[in-house]
Amino acid sequence: MSGGTGAALEARGLCKRFGGLTVTDDVSLTLAPGARHALIGPNGAGKTTLINLLTGVLAPSEGRVLLAGDDVTALPRHARARRGLARTFQINQLFPDFSPAEALAVAIAEREGLGADPLREAGSRGSIVAEIVDLLGRFGLLADMDRATRTLAYGKQRLLEIALALACRPRVLLLDEPAAGVPERERQDILAALAALPADVAILLIEHDMDLVFSFASRITVLVAGRILTEGPPEAIAFDPRVKAVYLGEDAHG
Amino acid sequence: MSAFASDEAARVSRHLLRRRRWRPLEIAAWLAPPALILIFPSRALLINEILILGLFALSLDLALGFGGLVSLGHAAFLGIGAYTAGILASRGVNDPLLGLLIASALAGLAGLVTAPLVLRGADLTRLMVTLGVSLLLGELANRNAWITGGADGLDFTVGRLFGVFALDFTGRRAAALYSFVVLFVLFALARRVMRSSFGQSVQAVRQSRLRAGALGVPANRRLIAIYGLAAAYAGAAGALIAETTQIVSLDIFDFHRSADVLLMLIIGGPGYLYGGLIGAAIFVGLRDLISGATPEYWEFWIGLLLVALVSVGRERVEAALARFARRPYLTRPGEAAP
Amino acid sequence: MLTILFDGVAYGMLLFVLACGLAVTLGLMNFVNLAHGVFAMGGGYITALLMNRAGVPFLATLPLAFLIPALAGLVLERLLYRWLYGASQLDQVLLTIGLVLMAVPAFDYFLTDQAQQIHLPAYLEGRIEFHGVSLGAYRLFLILVCGLIAALLQIFLVSTRFGAQLRAAVDDPRVAAGLGVDVERLFAVAFATGSGLAGLGGALAADVVGGVDPNFPIKFMVSFLIVVAIGGSRGIAGAFFGALLLGVLDVAGKYYFPSIGAFIIYAVMVTTLILRPQGLFAKGGA
Repeated sequence: MSGGTGAALEARGLCKRFGGLTVTDDVSLTLAPGARHALIGPNGAGKTTLINLLTGVLAPSEGRVLLAGDDVTALPRHARARRGLARTFQINQLFPDFSPAEALAVAIAEREGLGADPLREAGSRGSIVAEIVDLLGRFGLLADMDRATRTLAYGKQRLLEIALALACRPRVLLLDEPAAGVPERERQDILAALAALPADVAILLIEHDMDLVFSFASRITVLVAGRILTEGPPEAIAFDPRVKAVYLGEDAHG
Repeated sequence: MSAFASDEAARVSRHLLRRRRWRPLEIAAWLAPPALILIFPSRALLINEILILGLFALSLDLALGFGGLVSLGHAAFLGIGAYTAGILASRGVNDPLLGLLIASALAGLAGLVTAPLVLRGADLTRLMVTLGVSLLLGELANRNAWITGGADGLDFTVGRLFGVFALDFTGRRAAALYSFVVLFVLFALARRVMRSSFGQSVQAVRQSRLRAGALGVPANRRLIAIYGLAAAYAGAAGALIAETTQIVSLDIFDFHRSADVLLMLIIGGPGYLYGGLIGAAIFVGLRDLISGATPEYWEFWIGLLLVALVSVGRERVEAALARFARRPYLTRPGEAAP
Repeated sequence: MLTILFDGVAYGMLLFVLACGLAVTLGLMNFVNLAHGVFAMGGGYITALLMNRAGVPFLATLPLAFLIPALAGLVLERLLYRWLYGASQLDQVLLTIGLVLMAVPAFDYFLTDQAQQIHLPAYLEGRIEFHGVSLGAYRLFLILVCGLIAALLQIFLVSTRFGAQLRAAVDDPRVAAGLGVDVERLFAVAFATGSGLAGLGGALAADVVGGVDPNFPIKFMVSFLIVVAIGGSRGIAGAFFGALLLGVLDVAGKYYFPSIGAFIIYAVMVTTLILRPQGLFAKGGA
């Protein structure tokens, strides 16, 4: 049965067990179109596992994933990507030998259904080139567009992660700690890029930096030990004593 | 001149199309083999061997250098191609081009069929499956002597190319030129396919399967396709061996064949299409040179070269060579082609 | 029928001693050592040369057939192999193919390409009648010796401190290192032992396979890989059953279906790898 709720992405009762260990325990989550949703929780709470379940890198032990109302639980990850589910990775997953322009060309060509074209190059298609230029410009990568990705500064690589996800023209975008490990002076670029993401894309942001989370999200889910502890608007989360307890440790109980 | 909306667009397009043009060095290199064949007809046999092994190594480059699929049994497809061409010729279908086409198609089909096996598991499983398949085929050819000639080998007569040029021993020059043209056509095709959206997505899968999948690239389907293409190329190389030597024997499936082609590709460097050709020239050239002095023992030196290459680190050697003599096609994206 | 089973078991046990070192290097270091057969060939040559040129009795040559390849293995491990433990399996394959390519002509150059035959002592020749079944004395000797080695290895792995460390390192080298296990030394010792056992296996195999010649490493590389493929790359027990299965299949196949010969074995190898990419006897799971 179809969801019919109008949600962009919906997780229903997701569970993931590795042997006897339950890393994701009955997680349900709904992203409305254009949502700005954050997922927080201490290290080891199972945030990245949840993203892997949503995108199809891992198969859930129980539960379902719905994308725009369609059940995609059985679909492989590339099929989910084609239906508008894009993500970035906590640890860069880029094409080290490709330049940013080449990587974006692959993403756009694939989205346009040209990925199996054995003869024509993306560089000879004006519309693809124009879109590459647009994305490079929006993420400040124009000057570095022809350098091998592995030679780029770390912050630029993080930006390319987001640019590649956007090149899929997603309906839903999962951002796994986009600012992790980025040095302070490059951090502003990431924040600006996040702020400028298209308003109609539903976004789930995983992040440890609370300033970033509270400035970005209009709704926050707190994940602890694989379970949802609570979910609500930022104000409610900020003053929730259970959340404080999780983050501050036992001291907060007093 | 500007078909693009902006200077940036023109720059990006130029960058993406930078490998399209044939560089002067490339053109010169491609003129060398036919010139050598015509000037030194007595060496035509040797040059023919280099050209065919170069095609075989190019085929492995498609699978390994571009698709990242290691193989210890690439000779399987060489053998399928050679036996197809040989059996066809021995049964009266002896037009060389027709034989080449059918051999290549059959080998390609075998590649597509076995590709799913190769995609499973890790590199180790891959190495063993490819090795196992080639041994299996060799044994199959051995046991079906009624059609393959078994251990005695299969000899036959191939017709004249276009009804004019004999490809047998009397037509050594024609045979070498035939191999050259086939190699060049297939190389030009590979060069184009690897630059295309398809080829780029295959390379994307090699570099990061996770990211490619997240971008919607169906990784397995792309790898199956490139493996099939590589197998078809190997089949063409096999057909050339059969047609220009007019004999096929079981050693075509040998582990040695698979190992040698891997060495050639590694010596020349995988991933930029010319590596296999350069490696084949070095390999056959070295063998010719060394075996003149100490026949039988020349492989020792190839082994030593390999051990040294791996011990020093292939990346380091390749980087040093790239700095030394800039490769015409490689010019990694970072080096901003002139 | 029983005789064939018996011969098959003997051959399988022999394969186990030959290949168990490879199973350990694969399981422990995840290292693809295609040059494993070189050590086996070395052991075969040591026994053959000592017997034929120096008149040393067969049994007395066996310790040397173990020790010298073990030492050679140790030296090569320290010199070449250890640098590639973390490297791609392609690089490992290339290095070890390179070693094979060097070893084959080297043995050929120094010792000619003639197969070196060995003449077994009289007490190991002939056949023994046992409940109506005719058993080759040397086959019986092989089963006893190889069975003893397998049992000793198993006891060693299960009940000694070194064995426990080795198994821990196989499961997770990083955790083992964190617990204070000197993984590097462990690797070196395991590698040397595996090479030594290959040498011993080569010496024992020399008679069965019709003498050792310089092409031994290439001819037997495939058999070793099949043992490991069937047995799974982890563990001595897997290799043991893989070797027995291969031995029996090979001998029986050649006897009952001479027309398809090696086909059966290759087919079993490929099928195993298709059905269970991790090996027939591997523990379940990814």
